[in-house]
Amino acid sequence: MDEVRKARINRLKWHCRRALLELDLVFDRFWERYEDSLDAQGEAALESLLELEDHDLWALVSGREATDDSQLAAMIERLREVSPLANFE
Amino acid sequence: MALRKAIMNYTVRKFDAVIVGAGGAGLRAAIQLSEAGYKTAVLTKVFPTRSHTVAAQGGVAASLGNSEEDHWHWHMYDTVKGSDWLGDQDAIEFMCRKANEVVVELEHYGMPFDRLDNGKIYQRPFGGHMSNFGEKPVRRSCAAADRTGHAMLHAMYQRNVKVNTQFFVEWQALDLVRDAEGDVMGVTAMDMETGEIVVFHAKATIFATGGAGRIYYSSTNAFINTGDGVGMAARAGIPLEDMEFWQFHPTGVAGAGVLITEGVRGEGGILRNSAGERFMERYAPNAKDLASRDVVSRAMTTEINEGRGCGPNEDFVLLDITHLPPETIMKRLPGIHEIGIQFAGVDCLKEPLPVVPTCHYQMGGIPTNYSGQVVVPRGGNHSEPVLGFYAAGECACASVHGANRLGTNSLLDLLVFGKSAGETAVNDLKNSVKAHKPLAQDAIDRSLARVDRLNHQKDGADVHETRLAMQRTMQKHAGVFRFKDMLAEGVKRIDEIAGQVAQTQIKDKSKVFNTARIEALELDNLIEVAKATIVSANARTESRGAHVRDDATDTPETPDGRDDRNWLKHTLWYREGNRLDYKPVQMKPMSVDTIELKKRAY
Repeated sequence: MDEVRKARINRLKWHCRRALLELDLVFDRFWERYEDSLDAQGEAALESLLELEDHDLWALVSGREATDDSQLAAMIERLREVSPLANFE
Repeated sequence: MALRKAIMNYTVRKFDAVIVGAGGAGLRAAIQLSEAGYKTAVLTKVFPTRSHTVAAQGGVAASLGNSEEDHWHWHMYDTVKGSDWLGDQDAIEFMCRKANEVVVELEHYGMPFDRLDNGKIYQRPFGGHMSNFGEKPVRRSCAAADRTGHAMLHAMYQRNVKVNTQFFVEWQALDLVRDAEGDVMGVTAMDMETGEIVVFHAKATIFATGGAGRIYYSSTNAFINTGDGVGMAARAGIPLEDMEFWQFHPTGVAGAGVLITEGVRGEGGILRNSAGERFMERYAPNAKDLASRDVVSRAMTTEINEGRGCGPNEDFVLLDITHLPPETIMKRLPGIHEIGIQFAGVDCLKEPLPVVPTCHYQMGGIPTNYSGQVVVPRGGNHSEPVLGFYAAGECACASVHGANRLGTNSLLDLLVFGKSAGETAVNDLKNSVKAHKPLAQDAIDRSLARVDRLNHQKDGADVHETRLAMQRTMQKHAGVFRFKDMLAEGVKRIDEIAGQVAQTQIKDKSKVFNTARIEALELDNLIEVAKATIVSANARTESRGAHVRDDATDTPETPDGRDDRNWLKHTLWYREGNRLDYKPVQMKPMSVDTIELKKRAY
């Protein structure tokens, strides 16, 4: 990984440190799986989601609420799919 | 001290006050200082409204009496009783008397409290809060829907912006700067974005860094709760008070920690062991699965310890709701289904959820008085203020929660003592501390050397593995139900792990947002808390509040194992030599009569 991308990813990773444990756990698993393959579009979507307040973000990730934005919705899907249940199915 | 040149570079910035932490307590303290016109810096690892105060949903206790008669003295009684008489009665009186004032102030800052039709703040009942000295439940909790903590942070952050508080967001505080006389003159800190180290030179330093719930494997706390201020204080020679007292919640998702609300058992959820047995029938024949939190947690631990746990490691029990109609679960327990899927990989409509008693709140911390001053034993006085140093919120021990905290008293704690610490600092700046005391160079050098050691460590220990070893050891040896031999063995094991923490190694040496470095620095703080906890718990041979030992016997003199004759005292743990000392509990309130000792029964 080049230095510039590494710095960008590291910043995003730190912004994934949240106020709610639920989100910390989701992001922990997300990075384990996607760190190497996250593209620019994914980075941008993630960055937008990380701007949200924690309760609003968790409402999206837990499926209680939905977003109309297709880019964000795709990222939410990725965050949801790394749940352990996905591995069981 | 031989320091490599790269790390020798640091700059000094001067402020009247530096506050570490931007959760509820830090923001409340900052308002006080900035409003008084003092140049105030707030350092925070994450953006203020991402602090863990966000997770507090229950509300904030205040005897406003908006729905029915209430009185601060009743609230005080409940808090003393809840603390199992380990709380200081002067600090508890102070907090309960100040509650209405800080809640009304918060309303003026724009906090959107839920309201009654007549416009007054709506109040709801909460466990342990009673009217007329324990008679019947009272409506005392003020909330903003289920986002009380979040709304509180927003209101206080906006207020701080208005009064020009200077925020340093994404800065990791490193060490306290304390001189040979014991006075404090600021902190060293690292800008995560650049890796730059800055000494924040201040006349007043306030710690509001929150708890260290991540010392346990199973914790409801967010990842940021690494007890940074508590670890920093310990390294600077400040003793830690009552660290053996941690509140556990019976049902956290095993391996994740996410809370499963008590409402699940309220709706008919049943706890089962590996044989499928409803084991609570043996421990609490009447209340069964609805027995109080501590009884349920102890029963679960006993089942696991006696080999009736579930899973490949036999280390959890099951919370079964498969007998409930799916529509009841989806309607009355929204969110539980999703939590089961996300964090346990279990569809709780079809399979039971794996659960364990889970660490939730740190009652102990940096010793303070009710004015928010950090206090240490000195010159024959057991609570002598440390000049220039204040603390508030979960990182501090005032001590209002004693051996066990009541729900909704944590948000009250951070408002009252955040304000109080800020107010005391303002008075000190006005009256006695006119100039910056010269920086203690040796303290700065020690802090730089700690970062330097980490940057250059070879053949050292892996941070993730070492942290996991600490967390598993704390969970097993100093969890919700404690055993003499396990504690003694745990003290040795944690001491070994502390040796590894001193030798942690990071592969990533980059400067910009180096999360590996931050995590290693956090582990330096966590291990101090873990040591303080297990050494203090090993020594306290009674059961009181959240500290429950198998070998503390129930006799007429020691009801439920509580031994007031020998243990009605605060623990003080010193990092140097892993040494313990004790100080008396303040039984005398500020103005009313002492709430006399009696057995804590509900």
